[in-house]
Amino acid sequence: MITLSHYLALGAILFCFSVVGIFLNRKNVIILLMSIELMLLSVNMNFVAFSRFLGDGAGQIFVFFILTVAAAEAAIGLAILVVLFRNRQTINVGDLDELKG
Amino acid sequence: MNNLHVATPEIFLLVAVCTVLVVDLFQTDKRRVVTYWLSQATLVITLALCFGQLGDEPVTAFNGAYTMDSMSATLKCWILGIALLGFLYSRDYIGERDIQNGEYYVLGLFGVGGMMIMVSANNMLSIYLGLELLALSLYAMVALYRTSSRAAEAAMKYFVLGALASGMLLYGMSMVYGATGSLDLATINNIIASAVEGGSDSDESVYRSLGARFGLTFIIVGVAFKLGAVPFHMWLPDVYEGAPTSVTLYIATAPKIAAFAMVIRLLVDALPTLHSDWQQMLAILAALSLIVGNLVAIAQSNIKRMLAYSTISHVGFLLLGIVAGTAEGYSAAMFYAVTYAFTTLAAFGVLLAISANGYEADELVSLSGLARRKPLLAMVMMLSLISLAGVPPLVGFYAKLSVLKAVIGADFLWLAVVGVIMSVIGAFYYLRAIKLMYFDEPIADTVEVSETVGTDTTKDNEAIVTSAPSLSGPIAVRGDVGLGLAINGAAVILFGIFPGLIMAACIRAFT
Amino acid sequence: MGGALITAGRFIGPSNPNAEKNSPYECGFEAFEDARMKFDVRYYLVAILFIIFDLEIAFLVPWAVVLDSISPAAFGAMALFLFILVIGFIYEWKKGALEWE
Repeated sequence: MITLSHYLALGAILFCFSVVGIFLNRKNVIILLMSIELMLLSVNMNFVAFSRFLGDGAGQIFVFFILTVAAAEAAIGLAILVVLFRNRQTINVGDLDELKG
Repeated sequence: MNNLHVATPEIFLLVAVCTVLVVDLFQTDKRRVVTYWLSQATLVITLALCFGQLGDEPVTAFNGAYTMDSMSATLKCWILGIALLGFLYSRDYIGERDIQNGEYYVLGLFGVGGMMIMVSANNMLSIYLGLELLALSLYAMVALYRTSSRAAEAAMKYFVLGALASGMLLYGMSMVYGATGSLDLATINNIIASAVEGGSDSDESVYRSLGARFGLTFIIVGVAFKLGAVPFHMWLPDVYEGAPTSVTLYIATAPKIAAFAMVIRLLVDALPTLHSDWQQMLAILAALSLIVGNLVAIAQSNIKRMLAYSTISHVGFLLLGIVAGTAEGYSAAMFYAVTYAFTTLAAFGVLLAISANGYEADELVSLSGLARRKPLLAMVMMLSLISLAGVPPLVGFYAKLSVLKAVIGADFLWLAVVGVIMSVIGAFYYLRAIKLMYFDEPIADTVEVSETVGTDTTKDNEAIVTSAPSLSGPIAVRGDVGLGLAINGAAVILFGIFPGLIMAACIRAFT
Repeated sequence: MGGALITAGRFIGPSNPNAEKNSPYECGFEAFEDARMKFDVRYYLVAILFIIFDLEIAFLVPWAVVLDSISPAAFGAMALFLFILVIGFIYEWKKGALEWE
């Protein structure tokens, strides 16, 4: 029997993967974008699981909006990536050091 | 579909933005005069609509997802007014550089729409949508300066950390939703309050309060990222420095008001029963922000970076008011957010005015001898910096005072002490900039301070001086920009002497 | 029926194969080469533009499924939504984002 906590655990694991992916990744900006996407999807998992087990539709509506925003975010992320590549000829995370931060 | 009129300003704004977007497509003028004036007209009309709502009774619309209360009506007026002045200051700056003019205004207006939705949101979904509309516009605005590799890098950093923050916030929201089964802020409040009262009597109330506390932690992290509170501040200096100054102005002003409103909605409207939990977390964030912001700002030679760290320290002050957890504290924080926004607006407005003629004023030394080059600019800059430092009788003093009073009233004496010590230390770097303006010689023309921007793209424009920009000569300021700056500077004094004019509205918002 | 159509197509349809036609189709690429090659920046542009219209379906399908049982206001709302998308479309068209070269 798959219970709510199984779904939540999966969501939490995916969320941890994405956070680790953002902080430990030193290679490629595209992987950052993928991690961000994964993070939003793990949240979706939570919302859908809660929505199903609570018998309340609002969570699923939220998921629709998160999906849409995630798409818009991916579009902007890719656009910024293209601008960055045109200026720098690299998408290496380690090369993002012109601003000391 | 009742009460649709509540959202009239937002509906008007979004319809007008779409119109501006399409009209802008058919413009051939490089400086987008028509787009600029249409955007300003949009802001003015929306402002008038919001102004009309000021005294109204609180109402909700869209099945409770949207609310119009005293706080939202007041904050919307300020956001619109600040955006209006911001566009005025930015006009020449973006007109001269190869920044896509029309898009700047359109994205700016979309961002204003997002902020208005954040301020009025009464449901976690509408908070999220407003936040993302604002954030996505901001990411794109930072990247608009397509030939600058620093802007692209800043945009990338902003994007990644901003998306991380909204991810955290969403995870927290999903937990709170799971604990309460509702997205509506008032319902969440009721359910959690009864769960906490139920204590450990039943399994259900234990799960509910546990889940809500777990979610609260993530919400705080997300909000702290968005506000730029230490230790989640790392994006802020980079974005301020890398973004074109006009965009930095936009990011530094009105969104802070919207972020304040978001904190109030999430913590005070939805989770007041967990007050003792979030009070501790916010107290630590506030103390760290005050310390790090003020100390690191001293070491900066880049003025945009300095103002970024100054923002971090002011976020600390803003949080102090919320930490207090009383109506008095919330209204003090609201006062702080509003006054901080328009004071910083003046500082960046002056920077933009100096940056005209193809020169990029982002080093601290570019302020040297400003009093001799253009007394008005030096005056406004001085007022703004002194107010940020918290010297009476300017508005920043009263803002700090009321926040500290609230925090002492809530028995957080140590926080108040940290706040006072840090603002004294902070005064040092503001005064250093003022010394540069009033007592130092203008830097010689031969010194290459910063990259100058090619002016050949705007050669056919008569308003632009095509010769190399002079760093010591007088600065020409357009009449309307000068008037705007003068009004802005006067507001810093006026509201400092009569703080009650704003404070009354802030107190009304929390009674 | 399906079998008959396939057989009919096999015998009636014109058939003059050449090497190009027989090779497996993969849009824009040679089918067998190093998968780690760099993408042309234009692919990203198309991807960005595509995402927006991709997500529209996520809203349209649930709406279409329950269209019978919802009020006329919902019809108006969807019309408004599509109108906003059209504005976005006009924008990208006029900006020349749809030109491949």
